[in-house]
Amino acid sequence: MSRLIAALLPLAVLPSPALAAGIDETINNLTAPLATLIGQIVFFKVTLFGAGLPLVVLWLVAGAVFFTFYMGFVNLRGFKHAIELVRGDYADPDSAGEVSHFQALATAVSGTVGIGNIGGVAVAVTVGGPGATFWLILAGFLGMSTKFVECTLGVKYRNENPDGSVSGGPMYYLSKGFAERGMEGFGKVIGTFYAIGIFVGALGIGNMFQSNQAYVQLNTVAGGRLDGYGWLIGLILAAVVFAVIIGGIKSIARVTEKIVPFMAVFYCVFAIIVILMNFTAIPEAIANVFTGAFTGEGVAGGALGALIIGFQRAVFSNEAGIGSASIAHSAVKTDEPVTEGYVSLLEPFIDTIVICTITAMVIGTSQVADPGFAGEATGVAMTSAAFERQLSWFPLPLAFAALLFAFSTMISWSYYGLKGWTYLFGEGDAGQTVYKLIFCAFVALGCVVQLGPILDISDALVFLICVPNILGLYFLAPIVRREMDDYRARLARGEIRKYA
Amino acid sequence: MSNTVLLATDGSPGSARALDHAMERAGKSGARVLVAYVIEWSPYSFNTPEENALRHTRRESEIERARATIVDPALARLRAAGIDCEGIVQHGHPAKTLAEIAEEHGAAQIVIGKQGQSGLKAMLFGSVAGNLVQLATVPVMVVP
Repeated sequence: MSRLIAALLPLAVLPSPALAAGIDETINNLTAPLATLIGQIVFFKVTLFGAGLPLVVLWLVAGAVFFTFYMGFVNLRGFKHAIELVRGDYADPDSAGEVSHFQALATAVSGTVGIGNIGGVAVAVTVGGPGATFWLILAGFLGMSTKFVECTLGVKYRNENPDGSVSGGPMYYLSKGFAERGMEGFGKVIGTFYAIGIFVGALGIGNMFQSNQAYVQLNTVAGGRLDGYGWLIGLILAAVVFAVIIGGIKSIARVTEKIVPFMAVFYCVFAIIVILMNFTAIPEAIANVFTGAFTGEGVAGGALGALIIGFQRAVFSNEAGIGSASIAHSAVKTDEPVTEGYVSLLEPFIDTIVICTITAMVIGTSQVADPGFAGEATGVAMTSAAFERQLSWFPLPLAFAALLFAFSTMISWSYYGLKGWTYLFGEGDAGQTVYKLIFCAFVALGCVVQLGPILDISDALVFLICVPNILGLYFLAPIVRREMDDYRARLARGEIRKYA
Repeated sequence: MSNTVLLATDGSPGSARALDHAMERAGKSGARVLVAYVIEWSPYSFNTPEENALRHTRRESEIERARATIVDPALARLRAAGIDCEGIVQHGHPAKTLAEIAEEHGAAQIVIGKQGQSGLKAMLFGSVAGNLVQLATVPVMVVP
């Protein structure tokens, strides 16, 4: 990483050639119409009480509410057990050396804690007002149940490859689960649809959006001196991703995976400090969240508009209902798929209820103290401005954190997309390399197009794969329910051995 | 009183000296020798998804390699000397895991070689032998 920064430094003094700006513009012009088209299809809206409600958001919310009730509020009742599992209380010493529950959670969390937690929240508050925060938190809470269901299924229906590695995720539970219920053909179709979706989605939310925001943040710190150099930053980022996923340079991945958790803690600690420094604004900021949630003052579509934005951003950040985490959790060697479900419900909690809420409060309290603090800035730049108001030195470490978050999210998503790809084209090495090359190309592309079309494309693609995934979750929920009830009964009878 | 000696090994020259010592002691007393190697591993590390997916296979090959290169040669020497012995390979925090193995198998003593770390590294992280002395519930013999 230090080498990367060293490589970036000389750029700050170079003049901006018109040629580079031309490349940016051309690509933007080419992608923008595509973004609009995809967005219109995926976010088809019905008008309800004067607000446009995208059907796909309704589909997600309905799913999350259903799973919360159907699983008997597992998001509340399973919370303590989830912590015990992650702490290793139930870890069998004989399986030491396998992937632990903690590792599975940490891997999935570094995939979800990304730019969305810093920049996505700012977008939500800009478009949906402070009230969007309320719906964002509620969506995080409900999303915990969706995660529980999809991660349990991911482990239950995974494939064990001849080389001992594992492949799991929605494409596997969709195809196998439906086959079990006598709908083999349908299962194959939606399993394939999902695999295509996660592959394309990996290029959007898990790739272009991340590299784009990392570039924007770097450019902000550099005082705009990187304007028009998006293609170059993109190439550098792509080269580092290439080194990790194709070159197999483990040290980069390892260093990132180790720094990311510390950066997350660092980010939260300083965010709380900023909130406390704005302490006179705290009561009003909190009040705004609640009044905004139900009145939707100044928001297009009122309270419903705030709700839609809040839910949309929450899913974008914690990925509940998308099924991506299920791919990460499938790698755990466990005889009890339900335990992975329990562990996974902590992800939306950490990602959305803790980190996103903290970001929202940093922005909210800054807005109360100085409504015009961010100027025209949005996304990561807006969050950065909120920090800068109190801690003038913060944008630099924040840029570093954003870059790392973006990078670790890209590494995680490169794997999710890869699993979609191998589901479609088999586990062959040559095919995997082709996929990885495509992935790297999109990293570079992400720094070139502007936030608008990028956000639209990646949003749309991610919401698109929720459709087959949640459909499958409805069908397979009784299986999860049965497993959960059985597990809880054995836990209550003391048949699940506790080691600590 | 049990007559089992736990020999902690990592294949280093220090471990070889510890093996000599354990052989001498077991030869005299007719003790059984448990040869243990702990592969350093923490359940709280951070991995990429790809590492997780390959973990099960890697774990297996790590254990196999440790057996073949570290534990089995020691067992061969012990057997050649007519000493009853058994090998154990496990993942975990080295000192803590060794202490647990000793307890689990009712070992009367742990024999471990000094690694000869010096200066800063030893000061910051301590040594396996040093930590083992603190953690073990049975006497620990550190062979220089």
